Amino acid sequence: MGRRENLRRKEGASPSEANLRDRYHGWLQHHRLSAADSLLRVLDNLGPSLLTWLVIGIALALPVGLNVSLDNVNDLSAGWDSPAQISVFLQEGISADRGNQLEIELGAREDIAQTQFVSREEALAEFSTLSGFADVLASLQKNPLPNLILITPTDNLQGSSVSALRESIQGMPDVAEAVLDMEWLQRLNRIMELSRRLVMAIGLMLVAGVLLILGNTIRLAIENRRDEIVIVKLVGGSNAFVRRPFLYTGLWYGVGGGGLAALLVSLSLWYLEEPVGNLVLLYGSGFQLRGLGVMGALNLITLGGLLGLGGAWLAVTRHIASIEPR
Amino acid sequence: MITFDRVSKRYEEGHDALREVSVSIDRDELVFLTGHSGAGKSTMLRLIMLMDRPSRGQVTVDGQNLATVRPRGVPQHRRNIGVVFQNHQLLFDRTVFDNVALPLIIAGYDHREVGRRVRAALDKVGLLNRERAMPLTLSGGEQQRVGIARAVVGKPKILLADEPTGNLDPILSAEIMNLFEAFNQVGVTVLIASHDLILISRLQHRIITLQQGRLVTGSAP
Repeated sequence: MGRRENLRRKEGASPSEANLRDRYHGWLQHHRLSAADSLLRVLDNLGPSLLTWLVIGIALALPVGLNVSLDNVNDLSAGWDSPAQISVFLQEGISADRGNQLEIELGAREDIAQTQFVSREEALAEFSTLSGFADVLASLQKNPLPNLILITPTDNLQGSSVSALRESIQGMPDVAEAVLDMEWLQRLNRIMELSRRLVMAIGLMLVAGVLLILGNTIRLAIENRRDEIVIVKLVGGSNAFVRRPFLYTGLWYGVGGGGLAALLVSLSLWYLEEPVGNLVLLYGSGFQLRGLGVMGALNLITLGGLLGLGGAWLAVTRHIASIEPR
Repeated sequence: MITFDRVSKRYEEGHDALREVSVSIDRDELVFLTGHSGAGKSTMLRLIMLMDRPSRGQVTVDGQNLATVRPRGVPQHRRNIGVVFQNHQLLFDRTVFDNVALPLIIAGYDHREVGRRVRAALDKVGLLNRERAMPLTLSGGEQQRVGIARAVVGKPKILLADEPTGNLDPILSAEIMNLFEAFNQVGVTVLIASHDLILISRLQHRIITLQQGRLVTGSAP
């Protein structure tokens, strides 16, 4: 009892003041009250609130949607993303036995992790099933394909060393041509990297936009309730007390916007699913379009909520302290 | 309870609202503050409420020198003072109950306690049956009584009123003054700014008169 008595003295509380525990309950209660009251206000003005949600939703859906698309492209190319491969085409007239022998020789090298010999017959069979030109190929009198050895360099080999390896193999007597056929994939990877950065930059700009939009919306809400704020301050409301409902308003706008963004992204993916499915079917790939997922949607809603709080905080710290009873 | 010690207030535009005012109001006193408009009545109330700080001199309220109250402490200070305004300053989108409950919500009272105290305060001002009404549906006199209920609901030691009868007819004004006297009788220090001399001179209380920021009469009980 003595301790509580001390605390009350320290706070300068009068006998009519509620004690600390009651005040804690009162504080929680005011949070609940502010949250509910703000939500009701947002829902009461459904038209303008919906517009705010849409603005935030679209601004968030754009970078998130682009990011999901990039993730999908990444998934698609992951299968090809093994270390660069060198296709070694053997001279015409080199027999399959000699090819096998050469494969073993190459496989013994330190800078080569894996080798695979593809005879010209195997290559033709594979090509005719995959290309859909089986009829045309069957009509050919002579197999136009050379024997082939596929080489995978060791993982730690850098780009220039891979080129050197290619050149040294190119120089071997039985080899017609050694082709480093992964250059386009490296280019694709660079483009993906660039796209990621672009999406990041666009995302950051849109996030800043969302913050400003929310800040402005909350500023208007504060202006609309200026008289009320003055009265609350006159009867002893602190800045924190006045801030609370506006922070919740920002939170609801943000959460709603995040939810709408998740919905928009899911809708666009759903819209794309069929054409993408048809397309990959043509390539005989098992690729499936990957969506946001539940966690992604929850993260998006959380992000929206945080942005809402942030935007409201920007507005509230700047404007509420300046509203004083005159 | 309230002491002004050689208090002057000069506003930025150079207008002297108060000049060297010294006055002391005791615990349990009911004091009227009068003078023409612009004489400094509102300024005195504003200084007590910490809506303004004096240019010179010292204001003490309930033993605390207000110069030592920092901005963060202002809300806490205001919670110990009940205020009634001429224009009521009610929240028109909230019920009578919610208006009166506001100071208790701010102070963080439990909702059962809030309900009990709000009804007790509304009972005292005779509006118990109107707790669900919206302020705009009430008459001017009723709105003012809601304002008074809100001012006393937190059981403050000090009650300030700025022209509480400004817009009311004489009968309603007398009723309102009777209410203030009733609160004073249960131990609340009451300070009422009013220019209604006919009304306040009928009531047997000290009258402090200000003229152009100077105290003319009533400096001591």
